[in-house]
Amino acid sequence: MSYPGAVPTARSRAMVRETRHLLFTVTPGALWIFIFLVLPSAYLMGVAFMTNGPYGLPQMPLSLDSFERLAGVGFLGWSPGNLYTLLRSLWQTLVSTLLVVIIAYPVAYYITTCREKWRPILLLLVVVPSWTNQVIRAFGWMNLLAPGTPLSSLAESLGLVAPNMGLYPSNFAVTLGLIYNFLPFMVLPLYAAFEKLDTAQVQAAQDLYASPVRAFWHAVFPQTLPGLLAGTVLVAIPAFGMYVIPELLGGGKGMMLGNLVANQFAGSSNWPLGAAGAILMLIATFIGLFAMRRIGKRLGGGEEVVI
Amino acid sequence: MSETMTADIADHPDARPAADERDRSNHKASSIEMQGLHKRFGRDTVALDGVDLNIRAGEFFTLLGPSGCGKTTLLRILAGLEEPDAGSLVVGGKDITEMPPHQRSVNTVFQSYALFPHLSVRENLAFGLKMRGMPAAKRHAKVDEIADFIKLGDLVDRHVDQLSGGQRQRIALARALICEPDVLLLDEPLSALDAGLRSQLQVELLRVQKRLGMTFVFVTHDQQEAMVMSDRIAVLNGGTIQQVGPPREVYERPVNAFVAHFMGHDNLYPISARQGDRLTTALGELTAEEAGDGELLLIRPETLDLLPGAVEGPNHLTATVTERLYRGSHAEFRLAIGDTTLQATVNNRGRHLPEVGETVTVAVAPEDLVTLSE
Repeated sequence: MSYPGAVPTARSRAMVRETRHLLFTVTPGALWIFIFLVLPSAYLMGVAFMTNGPYGLPQMPLSLDSFERLAGVGFLGWSPGNLYTLLRSLWQTLVSTLLVVIIAYPVAYYITTCREKWRPILLLLVVVPSWTNQVIRAFGWMNLLAPGTPLSSLAESLGLVAPNMGLYPSNFAVTLGLIYNFLPFMVLPLYAAFEKLDTAQVQAAQDLYASPVRAFWHAVFPQTLPGLLAGTVLVAIPAFGMYVIPELLGGGKGMMLGNLVANQFAGSSNWPLGAAGAILMLIATFIGLFAMRRIGKRLGGGEEVVI
Repeated sequence: MSETMTADIADHPDARPAADERDRSNHKASSIEMQGLHKRFGRDTVALDGVDLNIRAGEFFTLLGPSGCGKTTLLRILAGLEEPDAGSLVVGGKDITEMPPHQRSVNTVFQSYALFPHLSVRENLAFGLKMRGMPAAKRHAKVDEIADFIKLGDLVDRHVDQLSGGQRQRIALARALICEPDVLLLDEPLSALDAGLRSQLQVELLRVQKRLGMTFVFVTHDQQEAMVMSDRIAVLNGGTIQQVGPPREVYERPVNAFVAHFMGHDNLYPISARQGDRLTTALGELTAEEAGDGELLLIRPETLDLLPGAVEGPNHLTATVTERLYRGSHAEFRLAIGDTTLQATVNNRGRHLPEVGETVTVAVAPEDLVTLSE
């Protein structure tokens, strides 16, 4: 008869050693995440549910005021400014991501059809613009789109915008800025997906009675889906929280959620409202990621799409 | 190969049963007629330089040649994946030269198999049927049927990346066969497999073809494989057809030096003088039964008899053994006759096998001597 725990066996000693080893390796990372991610997030979450006090600082009691204001409830009843900002963010994200996909897909495909020695150069050309600071590039667009520039004059003469309004500042300028900014993030994962594709598979599909269009849809597109989803996540999530581009190109009516949050913490000073906006952004991101995962699983034939 | 067997070549050029005598399933088989096919890549690369070829219905036909000879290009033209610059292609009496690949009743087993990695094995197999608009229930039944025919067992419910090379090969074959095409094209389908699996699948492929009676066009660079599988072989080089015929004819009566070398023959000797059927080469004087008018003499190593010592006689040559490779079932000899070398293969029947340095007499029957052109 042996009593468990009475005498340390070789096995239990090994377990103790392993536990100690685990503690040493995991603890620093866990502490880091706890201090710099969990604590601030919890703080933000707490602030979002507090009441706006003097100088915009949060104070008790707990309330849902901030969320109500984001949903369009103001001091004087219906005040949808914040809600419009929220919807505008969603709309801009949706439109710019869609357009980025439409532009990036053929570009990525085209690069894979080029000779091998040209491909790195073409990829470099896609990436090079992002080496310049985002702010500087936004200023570049301002100069291109401001009233009186050739592009604006053309748009005005075509009746696309009101006379002397120019293309900037506007929601259009923001969309353009977002597309321009995020294009490389879609091209690169799509290029990786296209490059992995065996061209013999396209021929096999055609050999098996698929017309060129159906060969693309049944043999090519599903295989580029992981790249497409990865690109969508890389584009849509930062676009949704984008601050610089709407700030510079959007003007007052082009504001997005990122600007709203920033304003609450700085200008108009309402920390709880800013925190609520940030929480909303986080929730939307999680919903987006979750949806992508589901779509990826369904279309990718049960294959896990790592995002 | 014995002398008697060689002798009856002329009467029975094809040792296999003729295509139309074979057991037929409900598959239709189609003949193929190619005329004046030309194909050029870029400015200087001539892949096909005028190919005329007829393939019979239900035939196992092999395109044999070294890499770059045009055999794969020819196959891709049959599939519609490549368009010829000139010439016509008729399958089953219908001109399909300009028909796009997805409209042709021709299916291909690709060298890389080209299975769709995003689909299950079952979806891979059903792909062609789905594209043709067959309803799902019928597709399912068809897949089960082909899985039974090719003996795929539980592979059908696996994922493509869980399959070994040999399994992928069989799925690729099944995926092409399931559509019951007029012609099945096979682009070096066994080249990625190891030797054992390869010979096993050769036999399997051959049986499938015989049972279906379908026209198979097979591409390979391996002359052994071509001889095992084919009803007829076309040897290609430099985009032109060198010789077409049943395996025995191509192997035993090659028409030129290229075909002879490609079929594995090294004993080729320029004829320096001839008097009727008496031919003079560097080996000495030999009498051939039907010399023909070629300027090269071919002596197949396996037609030679080695007699110990120096023996006088007609078509006897005295030689010295310079090398002996013992291979169990047979032995290969390198012999020196003056400054000329000659190779001989002797079956191991438990008799004396000459040693290196031994003097032997090489005896060759007149009917085994073939002449061919440069």
